[in-house]
Amino acid sequence: MRHLLGITHLQRADVEEILAVADSFAEVTRRSIPKVPALRGRTIVLGFFEDSTRTRVSFETAAKRLSADTVSFSSSGTSVSKGESLRDTALTLQAIGADCLVVRHASSGAPWQLARWLERTCVVNAGDGAHEHPTQALLDCWTLTRKLGPLDGMHLVIVGDVAHSRVARSNVAAFTLLGADVTVVAPRTLLAADIESWARAPGSVKTSDDLDRALASADAVYLLRMQLERQHEALVPSLREYTERFGLTRRRLDQLAERVAVLHPGPMNRGVEIAPEAADDPRSLILSQVEAGVNVRMAVLFLTLGGQHAVEGVAGE
Amino acid sequence: MQDPASSQHAPADASAGPGGSASGPTPPSGGVFVARSQVMDGADLARATRRMAHEVIERNHGVSSVVVVGLYRGGARFGEQLAAALSEIEGVSVPVGVLDVSFYRDDIALRRVVPQAVTEVPVDLTGKVVVLADDVLFTGRTVRAALDALNDHGRPRAVQLAVLIDRGHRELPIRPDYVGKNLPTRRDERVEVGPDGVVIGERVPIAGEGRP
Repeated sequence: MRHLLGITHLQRADVEEILAVADSFAEVTRRSIPKVPALRGRTIVLGFFEDSTRTRVSFETAAKRLSADTVSFSSSGTSVSKGESLRDTALTLQAIGADCLVVRHASSGAPWQLARWLERTCVVNAGDGAHEHPTQALLDCWTLTRKLGPLDGMHLVIVGDVAHSRVARSNVAAFTLLGADVTVVAPRTLLAADIESWARAPGSVKTSDDLDRALASADAVYLLRMQLERQHEALVPSLREYTERFGLTRRRLDQLAERVAVLHPGPMNRGVEIAPEAADDPRSLILSQVEAGVNVRMAVLFLTLGGQHAVEGVAGE
Repeated sequence: MQDPASSQHAPADASAGPGGSASGPTPPSGGVFVARSQVMDGADLARATRRMAHEVIERNHGVSSVVVVGLYRGGARFGEQLAAALSEIEGVSVPVGVLDVSFYRDDIALRRVVPQAVTEVPVDLTGKVVVLADDVLFTGRTVRAALDALNDHGRPRAVQLAVLIDRGHRELPIRPDYVGKNLPTRRDERVEVGPDGVVIGERVPIAGEGRP
């Protein structure tokens, strides 16, 4: 891989390869000294133009376990706040010698633009606007497949603010690419118009506003974070009503079959989209997701940076 | 993904192939393997494995602290067979593991390296005698990577190297302790080890497969 920009551009074999390499890194993570020299001497720049804690810490941990050097910057306190353009910032980082730029940006498509500008630096998308968050989708796929087995024919339910969610878009693409049938449950105001186009063969996606019915046949339920900062847009009448109709409440948890896995990308609003009991339930894979994140990001960094300086035009554009 | 390389990763992974640690200027990748001659059959391999097992026991005065670690891919089966022979001869169970050295290779930046198996080392190696097992010893670069990898699983008292085939062309100061057969080869030849024996041949490019 030269870049990891989005799930949309991956084939099933690419996803499965990343997940398999993550298995190897999971073994590394279990060791007493969880570090390998694979990317010694390579520089990975973490450019977070938008706030993030877990994704950034996860990428930084992954890079350090690969023995890469990491440089971290955010838009505040850098020349970005002085008005430098994204292109100039990117070219400066490349000139300094960044081998990889892990980027999170509020503008959808920013990583694609960066990939066009950068010749020597590979780009890994850590979340762009409401567009894609591919490493989140990959770590969710790794968590689900390693806990539940192959996703072919499984019924996965994604609940919440789909319209503003890059996680939902990437996950619908990834889950369906691996053969799952996805039901997206959300209030009409929080549904995206083009949701059918997110699905990839051989899976499928459909929408619903009846969570209880969807859960009855679900193998896993994936709750999206209710973006409280969007409350002023009046997309839902009230949070209490939202929780009642679309939250994984205590009542729904009690009715949920034993085999159903519960996932959430974090950070959680306990008591809004997910009841505290659900988050701490044995069926919850939420902490497994966080663990998986490091292994999967190690795999992504290893596969994008490996072969970067191929002598025989192996990775030539 | 903007990645023309992903379509060609399978043949490009010459190192993990049965030819041993192919590297250097002309990795014989792509094309098809054309066998020229069989140099050992399955029974020969079994006899060589058994003889090497006796040598391991003789040299280490038993197997009490011996751990066999096969190098994925070709060495995995040989490691299993060597450990089985050791266990059978001595009547005690000899632990066996498998090591994928992808993360320790020296050519990660230069070509596409993809681990093919998950490393599995069953015991802490500190104080043990590790017998590394591989099918073909070639440049020695895989073994160098393996020595680094072993370090992350403890500090063995000694590391010894057992190979079914030593085909020469070493690029590093590495030599085997136990050899099934010394097999002089040309650098561009391929040596394939399977359950039915050892075949020497070459890669022949397929018309139209060559890339600009």
